[in-house]
Amino acid sequence: MTTTTIAGHPVDVNDEGFLTDPQQWSEDLAPELARLAGLSLTEDHWRLIRFLREDHAARGETPTLRRVATATGTPVKELFALFPGKPAKKMAYVSGLPKPKGCV
Amino acid sequence: METPRNLVVLGAGTAGTMVVNSLRRRLPAPWRITVVEQHDTHDYQPGYLFLPFGAIAPEQVRRRTRGLVHDGIDLVRAGVERVDTAEHEVHLADGRVLPYDQLVIATGTTPRPDQTQGTLGPQWHREVGEFYTYEGALALRDRLETFTGGRLVVHITELPIKCPVAPLEFTFLADDWLRRRGLRERTELVFVTPLDGAFTKPVASRALGGLLAEKGITVEADFMVEHIDQERRVLVSYDEREVAYDQLVTVPVNMGADFVAVSGLGDELNYVPVDRHTFLADGLDDVFALGDASNIPTSKAGSVAHFSVEVFTENFLEHIAGRPMTHVFDGHANCFVESGHGKALLLDFNYDTEPLTGTFPFPVVGPLTLLGESRANHLGKLAFRHLYWNALLPGRPLGLRPQMSMAGKHPA
Ligand SMILES: Cc1cc2nc3c(=O)[nH]c(=O)nc-3n(C[C@H](O)[C@H](O)[C@H](O)COP(=O)(O)OP(=O)(O)OC[C@H]3O[C@@H](n4cnc5c(N)ncnc54)[C@H](O)[C@@H]3O)c2cc1C
Repeated sequence: MTTTTIAGHPVDVNDEGFLTDPQQWSEDLAPELARLAGLSLTEDHWRLIRFLREDHAARGETPTLRRVATATGTPVKELFALFPGKPAKKMAYVSGLPKPKGCV
Repeated sequence: METPRNLVVLGAGTAGTMVVNSLRRRLPAPWRITVVEQHDTHDYQPGYLFLPFGAIAPEQVRRRTRGLVHDGIDLVRAGVERVDTAEHEVHLADGRVLPYDQLVIATGTTPRPDQTQGTLGPQWHREVGEFYTYEGALALRDRLETFTGGRLVVHITELPIKCPVAPLEFTFLADDWLRRRGLRERTELVFVTPLDGAFTKPVASRALGGLLAEKGITVEADFMVEHIDQERRVLVSYDEREVAYDQLVTVPVNMGADFVAVSGLGDELNYVPVDRHTFLADGLDDVFALGDASNIPTSKAGSVAHFSVEVFTENFLEHIAGRPMTHVFDGHANCFVESGHGKALLLDFNYDTEPLTGTFPFPVVGPLTLLGESRANHLGKLAFRHLYWNALLPGRPLGLRPQMSMAGKHPA
């Protein structure tokens, strides 16, 4: 674990760059995290990020791709268009949440 | 006479059978036990892995359910259609209704090829094979008999799946089998996964990823299948990548039983959200989910079902006596991983700990080696089938504590 500065905020990250403490995230971090993931945020991204934050707060776990798709009514194909390549990971990364497990 | 109290268990698979058999002698008088099961046979599912290679006979993996459920337990042969938690009733597909005082959902998880477009085409159980069902494993055995080389692709659709290491084991066994048949040179072995590596837990992923590379197996990672094109023989991903195959071995999405969703008890994959330490369904005090049917964040495996049942039975006796449940499940899983050539690895982990190195079940002497390949591990895996039929299902204690022990183990 290392401490780094993102958008002027000191944050703790793991060796894959994911924030280790979701509490250290705030909305002004997201655009910079998105830039690091090669994205620029639109309202469609924000809608999903807000869902991920709320769902994680309620359930203590990062939602899986299927959960995001089902709960927000967004087709998986669209999630891939918004977060190309690795949507589950990129969504979690930009939202300051751990990589989704859903897979042990 | 006291009014009878009903414990109803749904599913007589690994968890359901163990739980009814272990509780039979321990439940006090007014309690009656009923178990509902749709099939009249019970399969030792870990055996499916060996069926395609002819390494185990079909009759060794299948027994009649009736003979496995102890006397004094009411076995009802029916499909469950719906649970009415407000009325405390189970509705069966044949119209019968069973009232319950306490309910255990142990209906496991099932491969659902219908969930991925193109899977159930004319080549299903032919060029598109699977080994997560008895029929599929036998069909795959027949396919492999005629296999003469080409691209053999092993594929995971989505996680979680039961026995998450099984697809890797299949790949290792296939590598071994192809070598023995003199076909390995003529075969490209490809492992396709939605994960970013060989396995979910980073430590195991490194160890297992190393084995794949050593055996010349190509890994196609981060691959989320969108559909299977049987005509062109390709897997197509959501980001429009394609993986060609001559023989595909796919592991379909695994989902909990439909009645779980219909009854409003499930998450997006029909798993029952429960307290991960006691298995009590969220928001209810008379419904539990054991084994693969629940959403607990550990492997969906027979070993987990076994450890959970031990914790559950103790807790359940407290629960029906109106006392708080004092036993805590730690997520303990231990999984043998066949690696081919008569060897296997053993993974041991729980909610908080990554797979460890060391020995199991006894510190230093083992005889099983954790996370390293050994012949003893392979023999342990084979011997397990006997333990399963003769000790585990009847509910005889194996002398292993359900909690994970750190003695003799070291972080990798
Ligand atoms: C290929 C393969 C290899 C495996 N290898 C291993 C291994 O090496 N080690 C290990 O620990 N685990 C292994 N497993 C996993 C293990 O078999 C399961 O985790 C275990 O069986 C889970 O037990 P369960 O009771 O939750 O579910 P199951 O044993 O699947 O039982 C569920 C039961 O519920 C019944 N049911 C379902 N729906 C209904 C309904 N609507 N009405 C009535 N009845 C219903 C089913 O017929 C079934 O009998 C493997 C699994 C597979 C497929």
